[in-house]
Amino acid sequence: MKELLELYWTFVRIGCVTFGGGYAMLPILERELVDKRGWTSMDDLRDYFSIGQCTPGIIALNVSTFIGEKRHGVRGAIAATVGFLTGPIIIILIIAAFLQNFAHIPEVQHAFAGIRVCVCVLILQAVLRLWKKSVVDPFTLALYLVIFALHAFSGYLPVRIPAAVLVILAGAAGILASERKNRAHGAAGKEGSEK
Amino acid sequence: MNLLLLMLEFFKTGLFSVGGGLATLPFLYEMSNNHPDWFTHNDIADMIAISESTPGAIGINMSTYAGFRTAGIAGGLLASLALALPSVIIILIIARFLHRFRQNRLVEGAFYGLRPASLAMISAAGLNVVRVALVNMEALTGGAGLGAFFNWKALILAVLIFVGLRKLKWNPIIFLAISAVVGIIFRF
Repeated sequence: MKELLELYWTFVRIGCVTFGGGYAMLPILERELVDKRGWTSMDDLRDYFSIGQCTPGIIALNVSTFIGEKRHGVRGAIAATVGFLTGPIIIILIIAAFLQNFAHIPEVQHAFAGIRVCVCVLILQAVLRLWKKSVVDPFTLALYLVIFALHAFSGYLPVRIPAAVLVILAGAAGILASERKNRAHGAAGKEGSEK
Repeated sequence: MNLLLLMLEFFKTGLFSVGGGLATLPFLYEMSNNHPDWFTHNDIADMIAISESTPGAIGINMSTYAGFRTAGIAGGLLASLALALPSVIIILIIARFLHRFRQNRLVEGAFYGLRPASLAMISAAGLNVVRVALVNMEALTGGAGLGAFFNWKALILAVLIFVGLRKLKWNPIIFLAISAVVGIIFRF
């Protein structure tokens, strides 16, 4: 029980200092878990992240669950995940309560109108950063354009395709395309060795 | 009943958003379209800013916020837990066969398609923010012309922030704070 509490408390602290989630979390985890406590190694952390990225859900939560599981099984996984959630939930509840009471003030509205402009640019930056890793050949470019069109103009289509369906279709298309590419590669390789 | 529906929607978001970070955005917009009383497009844009300036990932922050708006503190807690639940279940299963999973060719193939798809949906979600922040959609339907369509003050600020982010490499929180001050001074 004491160890579970320690696990929970460690992830409460990690959750309170992780801004933006995802890879922003890695240096903090390294300091708290590898350097200070010796619970895991840097190589393991990298593994957890690569798996956290390939599984559905928030990366930070996936990694928390993973480390908790490695320490203390299912109970550890829950302690770490709930620990990571604790700080952000409390902070947002306070902000939400604040916004409810102050959102009608004109200055607050002007401030958020300005902030929204900055958010546009931040999203553009994120898209540009992800572009190189995601759109790598004609197939991925075509998939990007099709999904973008379907999603951005869904209001004008006779039927709205839910985002979840698009995700499943894209995953299936990726498997088909990469299998075909592998087979083409395999065939080319065989021909090469026969010569 | 509303609370149950809220949990179900965030469970779905946790289950299908792949890639982390902004990958939850398309699901949030879909939720806002289906349940306009939960939160608006404006709320999502504001929550992105709040998420950049507070700890935690945007998906968690949005679930807490939407839950609180619909059903108070209990709503905030339950919606966030519903978002986390799929992660916990899936990771617990995968933790058992860790190394086989990562090198699985099917998983790699799926991601070959999922990465551009996720990016496409984030881009489309970005257009939604542009729609509330940089342009006046009413001008388009009202036939007021291109000059009134663009929100020029906002457009200039956007260009300045873009250049600033590239050149200065400051923390985004600083740019968000500057934008808030500019918004108040120039009455955005």
